[in-house]
Amino acid sequence: MQIKPILAAMRRHKAGTILIGFQIALTLAIVCNALFIIHERIARVSRPSGVNESNLFVITSDWADNSSNDNIDAQIKADLTALHQLGSVQDATSLNSFPLHGTGWDNFIRMTPDQIHMTTDASVFLADEHTLGTLGVKLIAGRNFTPDEVQSLTIQDMKGWPAIIVSKDLAKVLFPNGDALGKQIYASNNNTPSTIVGITDTLQSHMMDSDDNAFAYNAVLVPMREVGTGYVHYLIRARPGQLEAAMRDVPKALIAQNRMRIFDPDDGEMTFAQVRAKAYERDYGMAILMGIVSAVLLAITAAGIVGLTSFWVGQRRRQIGIRRALGATRNDILSYFMTENMLIGVAGVVVGTLLAIGINLWMVTHYDVARLSGTYLLVGAVVLLLLGQGAVLAPALRASRVPPVEATRSV
Amino acid sequence: MSMFVYYLGLGWRSLRRNPVLTALMVMAIAFGVAASMITWSVFRVVSGNPIPWKSSQLYNVQIDNRGPQYNEPGNEPPDALNYTDAVALMQAHKAPHQTMLYDIAPSVLPQNANDLPSTTTGYATTADFFTMFDVPFKYGSPWTNADDDGHAAVAVISDALNQRLFGGANSVGRDVTLDMHAYRIVGVTEHWDPKPRYYDAYDNMEFANPAQVYISVNRAVDIHVGMAGRNNCGGAPAHFSNDEQWLHRECAWIPFWAELPTQADAERYKEFLTAYSAEQQQAGRFQWAPNVRLRNVTEWLDHEKVVPAESRISLFVSIGFFIICLVNTIGLLLAKFMRRSSEIGVRRALGATRREVYAQFLMEAATVGLAGGVLGLLLTIVGMQGIGLLFEPDVARLAHLDMSLLLTTLIVAVLATVIAAFYPTWRAAQVQPAWQLKSN
Repeated sequence: MQIKPILAAMRRHKAGTILIGFQIALTLAIVCNALFIIHERIARVSRPSGVNESNLFVITSDWADNSSNDNIDAQIKADLTALHQLGSVQDATSLNSFPLHGTGWDNFIRMTPDQIHMTTDASVFLADEHTLGTLGVKLIAGRNFTPDEVQSLTIQDMKGWPAIIVSKDLAKVLFPNGDALGKQIYASNNNTPSTIVGITDTLQSHMMDSDDNAFAYNAVLVPMREVGTGYVHYLIRARPGQLEAAMRDVPKALIAQNRMRIFDPDDGEMTFAQVRAKAYERDYGMAILMGIVSAVLLAITAAGIVGLTSFWVGQRRRQIGIRRALGATRNDILSYFMTENMLIGVAGVVVGTLLAIGINLWMVTHYDVARLSGTYLLVGAVVLLLLGQGAVLAPALRASRVPPVEATRSV
Repeated sequence: MSMFVYYLGLGWRSLRRNPVLTALMVMAIAFGVAASMITWSVFRVVSGNPIPWKSSQLYNVQIDNRGPQYNEPGNEPPDALNYTDAVALMQAHKAPHQTMLYDIAPSVLPQNANDLPSTTTGYATTADFFTMFDVPFKYGSPWTNADDDGHAAVAVISDALNQRLFGGANSVGRDVTLDMHAYRIVGVTEHWDPKPRYYDAYDNMEFANPAQVYISVNRAVDIHVGMAGRNNCGGAPAHFSNDEQWLHRECAWIPFWAELPTQADAERYKEFLTAYSAEQQQAGRFQWAPNVRLRNVTEWLDHEKVVPAESRISLFVSIGFFIICLVNTIGLLLAKFMRRSSEIGVRRALGATRREVYAQFLMEAATVGLAGGVLGLLLTIVGMQGIGLLFEPDVARLAHLDMSLLLTTLIVAVLATVIAAFYPTWRAAQVQPAWQLKSN
């Protein structure tokens, strides 16, 4: 196939050539970045929480009467006793926050008392001896809390935390040699050390901001019941297959304990599946939007190529006829249009790649977006070139069917 | 006028001649404009100025109370004050109006003892809050500075809470029970919901549901009304073991605002803040040079990065999408117009001027744009239903269809298409009548 005559012909319809090339370039730039965003969001959504999420739900009780911390502490204990007695409930725990919750308490973790900059940041889960069992998180080293270790805590009263359990990932950040068990760290706001008495398997923190990605698996469990915040979260593991029954029984049992409490009608009671859906709804939304945009963009670009090429074929019927009369085969005509499209496509893809990198670099500096990987550019470029070839096929076939006799017509 | 109708007719006929090509263009414009409008409907709210008439006179105050080693890059002090500094600034009274606030989420007891209690959200703040932020009142008025000084148990409630508790009747003078404490209602606000909620961006409440109760901060502190907002101790060890110490620890949790009518006032206030910090340094509380910030509403919203990244990225992507749709339209219009070279040749030979050719083809493009706009409008309306998929509920709620959005959709569609048609039209007008007539 000779390229020179194609280039010469392109010079005769510069505008259309540039428009198609430009459209391919822009589409590549946007589709690459969109696919990359989809990939990043899906990777985020599919990361494990470490929690056994089936048969688990959360009920949040707001207290109507906050006046006495002691009363609330006693009420939480009574609530938990009542919950453990329900037939549909396998295990239950009180927490200040929980994995994927988005809001909660994070503390800077330090290795020495006078250290100014944190070693890392971690979720503080104010837990009890039932927390690990309820969440379905295994202990990989050390021991669980004992019932008499669990005390009450208000944010106004900063007790030390002598014994803590940390997540596997936090242990690894703090003690890369793997000897975290039994070591002391400074995790509380009080300047007394905390001894690591246990290490859990993977456990996600409450932090959901992409800024906090580095701390996403850092969690410290402290044997405390938090009072004085106006609410408490109960996490409840239903017996297998009894999630619905438990979600009916639990609010009734709690109201029977004390009716001066409030369950928010919107998110007072949520299955862990709902917690997960809520935690990642922005990610799903972004992925869906980018998916729709990419699909529609590719369709529009293909349609644009079909439209313009059809026009060129119509415009050049006579020339095609002449070429055919002079001995060009159908294949020659077909490959002429395919090659022409390929040339425009390659030029568009080159410009588009540069644009895609530019857009990505701009997003890297302004938003929490990672560097675009070369694979996306490669895949995007191949997809667009194939799309172009596919789109041009129909008009090119029509061109190849122009009979040689066309050369003699309309002169 | 008659020419206008004639061109419109010509355009309509020409569009019907290649229905597929026309449909392609109309769909491209519709999709492009709809995507842009849907994302714009969110962006215009999240990036808006919530109090344009006063945004350059209201200033958020920051004081470095923890020292440079704990600060953000740029030696940026904490984004809110601690209690000690907030009270000191209130007492110094160096601005015509100033206010401090913190988030509360008290329970509210129903008037009817048989009903269950419910939760509310709101603020513990001062009398000036209402005048500074131009809170509209339905009944009564804000409490007074004297009420603040006297630690009075007074409350202002929102129209919505008034509706829930008192069926919308004038409740001024009646009591409301919050967290089991009685407060005398002095005022009921109109529905008031500035977006973004600039004065509480610190607590990430920019797009939250409107506040329902306001109580006097002095009273709230006296009876330990719990703080429901963000408390940032920034890694500085905080030693405290009782309430009094907790209140005065060096944690940031109180947004503080000053109203400073002129630039000169703002400069004087900044000098005052610097002098205050220097005093604290001399007293030994701060071991570092004064480090203060004073930002007006727009600067503050910018600093707090109020516009969600999702909103910005999706708007940019949609606009990019629209541009591609327009490039596509340019190409298709070019094909469509050039295919009619002979027709143009005939018209020109019969005496049509270039200007008339321009008018005819731009009119045709406008028809395409209008059709795209109408379809885009329908897509926008459908797409708005799905906006909850894209943004968190707080933000998704903000998007709403109104006349201005509908009009913008149509105008943008027509205008963009006409602009896209300039080049194809110019090419069409360049057609040489003689050449066209000869070759056929």
